[in-house]
Amino acid sequence: MTKMNMIASLNSALEHQLQRDENVVIFGEDVGYFGGVFRVTAKLQEKFGAHRVFDSPLAEGGIAAIAMGMGLNGLRPVAEIQFADYIFPAYDQIVNEIAKVRHRSGGEFTAPLTFRTPAGGGIKGGHHHSQSPEAQFTHTPGLKVVYCSNPYNAKGLLTSAIECNDPVIFFEPKRCYRGPFYGDPHNVPTWNDHPDGEVPDEYYSIPLEQARIVKEGSACTVIAWGAMVHVSEQAIKDSGIDCELIDLQTLVPWDRDTVVNSVKKTGRCVIVHEAPKTSGFGAEMSASIQERCFYNLEAPIIRVTGWDTPFPHTTEWDYLPSPERIAEAIKKTQEE
Amino acid sequence: MTERKTIATTPYTIGVAPFRPGDESSFGGAFTEKPEDLNRPDPTKCDSQDTVKHASGLIRVMDDDNKAKGDWNPKLSAENMIQGLEYMMRLRIFDDRMLKMQRTGKLSFYMRSFGEEAIAIAQTMALETQDWIFPSYRQPGAQFVRGRDMVSMICHCIGNTEDNVKGRQMPVHYTWKEGRFISISSPVGTQFSQAVGVAMASAYKGLDEVCISWLGDGTSAQGDYHYALNFASTFKPPVILNVVNNQWAISTHKNLATGGRTFAERGLAYDIPSLRVDGNDFLALYSVTKWARERAGAGLGPTHIEVYTYRAGAHSSSDDPSAYRPDNEFECWPGGDPVERLKLHLIETKLWDEKKHAALEKKIDDEVMTAYKEACEFGDLASGPYPPASTIFTEVYETVPWHVQEQREELGK
Repeated sequence: MTKMNMIASLNSALEHQLQRDENVVIFGEDVGYFGGVFRVTAKLQEKFGAHRVFDSPLAEGGIAAIAMGMGLNGLRPVAEIQFADYIFPAYDQIVNEIAKVRHRSGGEFTAPLTFRTPAGGGIKGGHHHSQSPEAQFTHTPGLKVVYCSNPYNAKGLLTSAIECNDPVIFFEPKRCYRGPFYGDPHNVPTWNDHPDGEVPDEYYSIPLEQARIVKEGSACTVIAWGAMVHVSEQAIKDSGIDCELIDLQTLVPWDRDTVVNSVKKTGRCVIVHEAPKTSGFGAEMSASIQERCFYNLEAPIIRVTGWDTPFPHTTEWDYLPSPERIAEAIKKTQEE
Repeated sequence: MTERKTIATTPYTIGVAPFRPGDESSFGGAFTEKPEDLNRPDPTKCDSQDTVKHASGLIRVMDDDNKAKGDWNPKLSAENMIQGLEYMMRLRIFDDRMLKMQRTGKLSFYMRSFGEEAIAIAQTMALETQDWIFPSYRQPGAQFVRGRDMVSMICHCIGNTEDNVKGRQMPVHYTWKEGRFISISSPVGTQFSQAVGVAMASAYKGLDEVCISWLGDGTSAQGDYHYALNFASTFKPPVILNVVNNQWAISTHKNLATGGRTFAERGLAYDIPSLRVDGNDFLALYSVTKWARERAGAGLGPTHIEVYTYRAGAHSSSDDPSAYRPDNEFECWPGGDPVERLKLHLIETKLWDEKKHAALEKKIDDEVMTAYKEACEFGDLASGPYPPASTIFTEVYETVPWHVQEQREELGK
């Protein structure tokens, strides 16, 4: 075990993959010589050569297309989209090509590949360095969508994403690269003192499609992903209510049994995400949970999300779900 | 070459198609460019600057009398040329039969390669069997070269129980892994930049493989075209990138699609050797592709080719070109009819005659009819049987995830 932040643990996952599978190649904007603007690919080019870890021209649409071509021709590319906000030039390739190639070719062609992309707010990034566009991909059959939340699951989930034979969009909550985020911008702890900052140096994987119960509880199920896992943890503490906290980890396909069993047990549910509310993945979760757990529910399911507005710059703390808003929602589920 | 005309009164430039319905089309008779005009640079030593004239001119082999001339003459064997002619005839007859079937409701949709038959056929013949094919709509002919069974192609177009893509795609969206022929894709242009990635993977693995792709003059406005050229220029993988300039993107003439010079010349700005070739000249197409293959095989990277041609037919079975262009354009196209030209070349050189031609035509026609009837035994569009509804849910992922499985159970099939 080594103390690692999320950057180091992701780097470790990539390094293991480069070692284990010669078909793994890594590329994207600034990922080669420099090692990525967030340093996730630091020193990998030095260790594995520029043909395996390289800088690409600044064109997400081109990055996605060559990743697909490489995947079709037997490689296992891991492409970085520098910010999730910049993934949209690649949207056509991802939605119409990468997601559908297995199906539309009758299974004759497949393109296993992973897009890693830093997402989410909390870094004063304004509209275009803060968005969390997971729902734009959960709505596309053929893609798997993963959202890590801490160094330990980041490494294990990225390993599974790269080894998966389906294309995976892998979101990394950039606010949590260097430490958990409890919703207080003035309190910025590192991963040093967090149990999930203890990461095995060796190879391991965490299966996709499995949620993680962060904390067991009986009064209310709180479901979150990415940075909101930690904010929800804080909110649960603040509320004083015995909640069960679920880190969804994989959004498509999500872990039905863990979620449904929990809500059946608690009878109450709050869903938390950074992305706007309307058509957010929380809407999907909420609808699915009520379809499955209606007769177990004691209160309406509540979503605590970003607002249906562009992501702001200086007022981002009023945009992101805060521990206060989440705690209030939890309390509301307890009302008779 | 036609003048690019503009309406001076508009605040910005709106390109104008040279001729519209009611006009008498005229492209000035024969090409002014001659087969002897352009040299064939050594493909293993050539860089983009050695192709400046080749990008603005027109590489031809067959002259106006259908004699093969000049540096680019590939000096193909009689056997190869007759084989090429046979593939082109097969494609045209196949297309005509399929269009008829579409008109009688046996297919939902069809697209012919009419007038552009030489392109995919000559170019695929110039490649090696391990090379990858990333086609656009009018390159299904590559499959004939690679030996795909017509029954299988027709089953796809019908979408019946033997359709290898299981009724999931519209007709003409052929997919054929054995022939390294990637699924044709309706969001046009996406294959072009993917082809660069395929070629990078071949290079990465150290294999002697080349990837060829095509898109149209209209599609060359897409970002994917420019991504492809820039990534190909940057990484120099073994890829052959063709812009098929057939003058028309549905109703949009190329004069309304770009303000540039020739399409080939764009490649020079990316420092990619770029050629412009008569797309109705089978021998010239074969020759430039062989040249590009040689470059790619020698590790010298990409070649960009403008294939100068004319879309002789409608865009698709849903299109009516009489609404936007004169009917006589193809007749006066300087490039003529690619099938007729190779035929006349072969006759000119005493390798072929009208009698043999007619006999071959009849033979192919019979084969196409037989294949069509055989394909219909697996189901036709009107009455089925179709692939089972369960194919909606399979191969979305490697294994069927729970939520898709639940939905399949909900359908109950």
